[in-house]
This record gives sequence, structure tokens and C-alpha cells, in this order.
Amino acid sequence: MANITIDKACCKGCNICLSVCPKNIFVKSRQRNNYGTAMPAVENPDQCITCRMCERLCPDGAIDVEK
Amino acid sequence: MNKLYEKYIKKESLPTLFCPGCGNGIIQIAAMEAMEKLNCKDDVACVSGIGCSSWIPCYYKLDVIHTMHGRAIAFAEGLKLSRPDKKIMVFTGDGDCMAIGGNHLLHAAQRNIDLTVVMVNNYIYGMTGGQKSPTTPVGAKTKTSPYGCIDEPMNACKLVMSLGASYVARWTTAHPIQLAKAIAEGLDHKGFSFIEVLSQCPVQAGKNVWGEKEPAKIMEKYKESTYLYKIGSDDPTGAVAEKNAEGKIPIGLFKHEQNAKEYLERVEEKLAQSGIAR
Repeated sequence: MANITIDKACCKGCNICLSVCPKNIFVKSRQRNNYGTAMPAVENPDQCITCRMCERLCPDGAIDVEK
Repeated sequence: MNKLYEKYIKKESLPTLFCPGCGNGIIQIAAMEAMEKLNCKDDVACVSGIGCSSWIPCYYKLDVIHTMHGRAIAFAEGLKLSRPDKKIMVFTGDGDCMAIGGNHLLHAAQRNIDLTVVMVNNYIYGMTGGQKSPTTPVGAKTKTSPYGCIDEPMNACKLVMSLGASYVARWTTAHPIQLAKAIAEGLDHKGFSFIEVLSQCPVQAGKNVWGEKEPAKIMEKYKESTYLYKIGSDDPTGAVAEKNAEGKIPIGLFKHEQNAKEYLERVEEKLAQSGIAR
């Protein structure tokens, strides 16, 4: 099972991760990041296939996937 | 936080000044991945001009010169001549590289000097508020073309190929793995490497060019409006065209000439012929 963390200080809430994840692990949430916008939440991380597309496509490097 | 940030990014200067969803961050990570792949962090120096894209290297733990508008390639040539042992990476935007710095691009490509130029093409002048740039598509309504742009956009890859650049590729921010590979190949290549990256500007180009402000949807558009060009494929509209018959933009590796003579090699050869000792 992969351990996915989203850095609250880095995330700007652009929601790119929501659309690039093939397993739709990221979902919208009401939690705010330090930038002031809504940040995504992680749901069902056990479905992660560790393709690391979210890591590469997060423009602010907020996502870290650890196997 | 991304694992590469620990090694490559000055964390005290975070968060970056890019808008939410800007493609520059993706290119930043791709370039870090390329340096990690070649394990050449200590050999790389970066030069950038003015524009949003020119802020990319300013967050790196590397030697960086942030220079005048359009003169990034001119400064990089000087740096290369004085420090031939360094790999020089130039980050520049479409306005910076082709409008005000167009002349420097032409001559650097013609000399085939060993630089890696990453041109971030977001189709607009993003930093100054959305003016028309040399790559703005026909019909786009911007601040300086309120009735729709009438100029044909410039094709940077075709331009530098015709002048003799020896590594030319075009990718988009929706292809991060291929982009990182292209930057690594460009850094490794001896000669002028030109990598055009089609990037999304959700704030300015989103409003004026795409009519779509969601960065993920602009990236989706890039995936739909491009096709993979392969060297040697007999598609006559390939790399040389801005668009093919279906209106799709070619992406991929356009030219990789390994035997082309590099500028510094030619200088050394000429000096040796003239009997001048170094």
C-alpha cells in the first residue's frame, strides 16, 4: 500500500492531480491549504498503482508517493 | 513534498510565485528529474531572461544568472565560452526567446554552440498581463489584438532546424516523462539543443486563447490537439509544419544530429591550425 502525502504548505489547489490519477484517488475536500484554496484529500490509497504521475504533474511538488 | 525538492530546491524561497496550475512547475520538476538521471547537478549552470518561465531556475540550488529581457542566450554563450566544462541550461519563454531575443536565438542556433535551451511556449505574454506574443494563434483575442490576432504564429522548432541546431524536440506539459528524457538528452548532447515545451497559462492564455481556465482541461486539450511525430516517417507535413492536415500539432523528437561540429570544437581547431597555443 502506497503512502500518499499532500504538503499543505506547497499545494495551491489547482486540481491537476484530480484529473491525472488513473484510479481517482484524489477527491475534493473542504480543507484549506496555506495558500487559501481548497486542497484535495486522499481516498482509498490502497488502490494506488505507484505510477507517480501525480508527483510529476503537481506543479508545486506538493505530492509525495512512498511505496 | 516531492523527493527531488530536498536536493535541488531552495526550500526557504517556497512557495514559488507561479499561479495555481501553471505549467512552469511541471517543467521545473522535469528538469530536476533529468539532472538526477544524468547525476550532473554540480556541472550544470542555468541562465534565464525575463518572464514567468525565467523564474524556473531561480529556485534551484545551482549557479543561476537571471538576466535582461531576451538576452538569456547571449549571456549563456558568454558563460559557455568562459567555462566550457559546464553544461548550460537556458530557461526562456516564447516572447523572451523569439520576440525580443530572436536575434540571439538565430545566431546561437547557427553557431551550434553547446547550450540546452528550454523554451516554455504558453502562447501569450503572461507576466505583463496577456499581450499578443509571436506564437499566439490566429484569431485569439488578447489585450493587444482585441479583434482577433491576424498574424500567423511563428514555429520555433522549424526556425532553429533550418539554421542548423543539432537537437530539436517539442513536448507538452502533459508528457512529463518524455519531457524529462528530452532535457536529459539535450544536456548530454554536444551542440545546440532546443526543446520547446507547450505549457498552460491558466490565467492569461486561459482567458484569451483557450477560453478555458481549468489547467487540467488545457492539458487535456494539448493531448487531444497533438500527434507524435517520428523521424523518418514520410508524413510530409511533419516537423516542418505548424499543424498537419487535421489541425494537430506535431510533438516528439524532430532532429538529433550527433556528428554536427560544435562551436567550441571549431574554435579550438582553428586556433590549432593557426599555431596559437592555449
